[in-house]
Amino acid sequence: MADATMTEVVRPSRLALALRYTKRNKSLAVGLAILFFLIAFTAIGFMVIDPKHAYPLTAAAKKAPSLKYPLGTDFFGRDLLAAMVVGMWQTAAIGLLAGGIGTVIGVVLGFISAYFGGWIDTIIKTVCQILTPIPVLLIQVVVAGTLDKRDVTIFMMALIIVVLSWMGTTLVVRSQVLTMKERQFVAVAKLSGVGSMGIIFKEIMPNLLPFIAAAFVVQVFQAVFASFYLAVLGLGPLREPLLGNIIWSAQGQGAFFNGWWWWPIEPAIAMVLILGSLALINMGLDELANPRVRKSE
Amino acid sequence: MLRLVIRRLLFLALVIWSASTIVFFIPRMSETNAIRERFAELARTGGFSPTDLEKIIESYTKQFGLDRPLWDQYQDYIVSIFKLDFGFSLNRYPMTVTDVIMQAIPWTLSLLLVTTIISFLIGNLLGALSAWPKAPGWVRAFATPFVLLTGVPPVIMGVLLLFFLGFRMKLLPLGGSYSIGVVPDGSWTFMLDVLKHQVLPALSLILGSVGGWVLSMRGMGITIQGEDYVNFAEHKGLGAGAIFRDYYLRNTLLPQATALALALGTVVTSAIVVEGLFGLPGIGQALNNAIRSNDFPVIYGIVLFITGAVATLMVLMEFVYPLLDPRIRNE
Amino acid sequence: MNMGQDQNPVLRVSNLEVTYYTDSGRAKALDDVSFTLNAGEKLGMVGESGSGKSTLALAMMRMIKPPGRIEGGRVEIGGVDLMSLSEEDMRQARLSKIAYIPQGAMNSLNPVTRIGAQLVDAIRSHGIKDSRAQVEERCVNALKSVDLDPAVFRMYPHELSGGMKQRVCIAIGILLQPSVIIADEPTSALDVVTQRQVMETIDRVKDQINAAVILIGHDMGLMAQFVDRVAVMYSGRLVEVSTVREMFTKPVHPYAAALISSLPNLENKGVFQGIPGLAPSLLRLPGGCSFHPRCAKVMDICKTTRPTTRMVQGNRLVTCHLYNEEA
Repeated sequence: MADATMTEVVRPSRLALALRYTKRNKSLAVGLAILFFLIAFTAIGFMVIDPKHAYPLTAAAKKAPSLKYPLGTDFFGRDLLAAMVVGMWQTAAIGLLAGGIGTVIGVVLGFISAYFGGWIDTIIKTVCQILTPIPVLLIQVVVAGTLDKRDVTIFMMALIIVVLSWMGTTLVVRSQVLTMKERQFVAVAKLSGVGSMGIIFKEIMPNLLPFIAAAFVVQVFQAVFASFYLAVLGLGPLREPLLGNIIWSAQGQGAFFNGWWWWPIEPAIAMVLILGSLALINMGLDELANPRVRKSE
Repeated sequence: MLRLVIRRLLFLALVIWSASTIVFFIPRMSETNAIRERFAELARTGGFSPTDLEKIIESYTKQFGLDRPLWDQYQDYIVSIFKLDFGFSLNRYPMTVTDVIMQAIPWTLSLLLVTTIISFLIGNLLGALSAWPKAPGWVRAFATPFVLLTGVPPVIMGVLLLFFLGFRMKLLPLGGSYSIGVVPDGSWTFMLDVLKHQVLPALSLILGSVGGWVLSMRGMGITIQGEDYVNFAEHKGLGAGAIFRDYYLRNTLLPQATALALALGTVVTSAIVVEGLFGLPGIGQALNNAIRSNDFPVIYGIVLFITGAVATLMVLMEFVYPLLDPRIRNE
Repeated sequence: MNMGQDQNPVLRVSNLEVTYYTDSGRAKALDDVSFTLNAGEKLGMVGESGSGKSTLALAMMRMIKPPGRIEGGRVEIGGVDLMSLSEEDMRQARLSKIAYIPQGAMNSLNPVTRIGAQLVDAIRSHGIKDSRAQVEERCVNALKSVDLDPAVFRMYPHELSGGMKQRVCIAIGILLQPSVIIADEPTSALDVVTQRQVMETIDRVKDQINAAVILIGHDMGLMAQFVDRVAVMYSGRLVEVSTVREMFTKPVHPYAAALISSLPNLENKGVFQGIPGLAPSLLRLPGGCSFHPRCAKVMDICKTTRPTTRMVQGNRLVTCHLYNEEA
């Protein structure tokens, strides 16, 4: 008979488990890898290029990629390598700024709505419901389109995006807090006399963190997306080498008709990498937060 | 039922009213005066003197009632919105904004309808299959590239397709609504040419949105697979096909239809931006032109029209839900 | 080795093994499980949560999903080993040879289709080509035999109560007159009165089709009333199989004995007797007999050597070193 064989138990260490997990959670690993690559590109880029060359009339115009201009130059005499580095940085700035503010607004409103309930909840919920069917980007078009385009800055752009992009996070946080309120550990804390602030920070917050992290990634994704769309429509800060602006001006000058293919394709590929890495990270976080989606070995 | 209809109609009115109010007040909060801006630009390029400019602005302001109290303006404005009257285009006067929209809408509508239906169907089927453990391996392998496309918005897809299919392989035209030199006479050659110009935009929209459906359907599918009724169906000895169709797909119908309703705003926005990119005649191009020429009434009109249309569609979809799920019927 | 009391049992399970391959190691959820069952006989399967009761049911249906795997063993019904059937033949065997009545009857019915459709598709999927009217009649009869109104045929699950849904599941289970019915805690979500009615229904339909029934649960009181024999599982192993009377009056395995004595009764009211210690995790089973750390009669051999299953006192199965000599 097979005696002590079944007592042989493999118990890997925590680190080994974490490593094995990233191996299995490929979306998270690949997403993070792309993100690190982009950060490295921007960081090294700033050491190599002169940011001035990202602006018009600083380089020879309409040059295809070459040794001197690895990514070529555009119709307006911008070095596209410099433009990509600066544009990447600006995209990140808008994304993090708008994503961060949006997440904070969303989390705070969601918390207030779910935790205090009553008429506050009704108002916040109704506002979210009414705003949800309105295509946010179009309202942003109104805001951006009304402003004098000379006034639009990167910071302004982020604010325009924040105006109407907090509802998703609000609703997610609200529903999560609502379910957590019903959970036993909160009830126990309440019975044992922990104040409502105590409950929020000691009991609910830690459990909410994965959802907030996921919501933040979604917000950043949406902010990058929205700023890109606005810029492609010609509503961004036109002087700045935002990735969407580059595509807008390339299309405006008929880049493909004229054979300047590198001009629109480079910002497009950069955008694919940015949005792709964010989407992959979001998928990975989802898998982390929702064990049901977790695949087994 | 009647009460529900009335409640949904009220909700719809509330949405349109909110959007209209935002669109009414935002421009008035900014320092710049839209009309002055517009005529100043005309004065710079068109050659009439600054003294005339003031006169023109004055008469224009009077004509549009911009000198009256804000509250009166607001009331008139809201009433006219619900009458679908968005005023005159500044750029293409004496055309009304409604004329501009009506001219563009058939193009946008047909593009939207075709691409949305195709990407919804393909995406959901692939997503369902990719989450289904019994699906053949090649189907799952087939779905993976589409998932990777999730992060690529239709506009970027458009640029990439333009490069590969249009610029490199010269298979399809690079933009515009029909080729230069073709007579727009409604003949078959003309129709075919127009259709050819629609392929790349349509492909961009489909490829740019199919991944999203694959992904959401896959998540949905994984949830439903864990449900007791799917397990029990297998215990009952049902074949994989029957379980897939009657238990698995059937139960994802409602959530996915809801997701479609919620995504409508994004779908329409994407189509508009893609139209702008390809220079197709449609809402996108109209909006693009309006933005380039500071034609504010057209910008606002298009935004409100699209908002109203999306909200109306969403409300209409809500009346489809009970057909998909008997549990909602009783409420 | 003769495992059962009858030479021609309708169900013969031998050496069934299931392992789950998880992130934190391998877990043997079913270890060398063997037993037999006669037509018309009712076997109660008891044990703590995680002892392998439900895994056993799933393994018999060949419904173990990854990361779990059936490592070996046979499940013979009427002489046919289910484990050796093709995927398609196994599908046909489900419900027609061996039926499963699920634990979570509340959610076991498709919420978006009518009850009728869910009975009809079960019949149709087994290659039965009767006319629509005939199939429908068969379904309505099945509903009637579990005391349901024929009108239920046209209703949706959300229109039924928990007890009614459970009855629908039983009706589906007997549709094709299987030889073995596995009922996995069929009453756990129901109130006491409904519980009793459902159990009586199972009892009655079982007699109609002369099926063998395996009742999985941890309600010993319910078991005592409804089954003929009781099987006790502990960390994936079958530790004792005895008749109800033997089990409740003179259990042979120390774990079964502890289980029985922990039941409340009127004589020692107020004294709550539990089993010391906790059920071990399947990932960290103690060596030798996995019950030895909690066992009152532990011997040295229990810590090192894995006991084998033997037959004692006629036809009782026990897996314990205490009975090494008796075999």
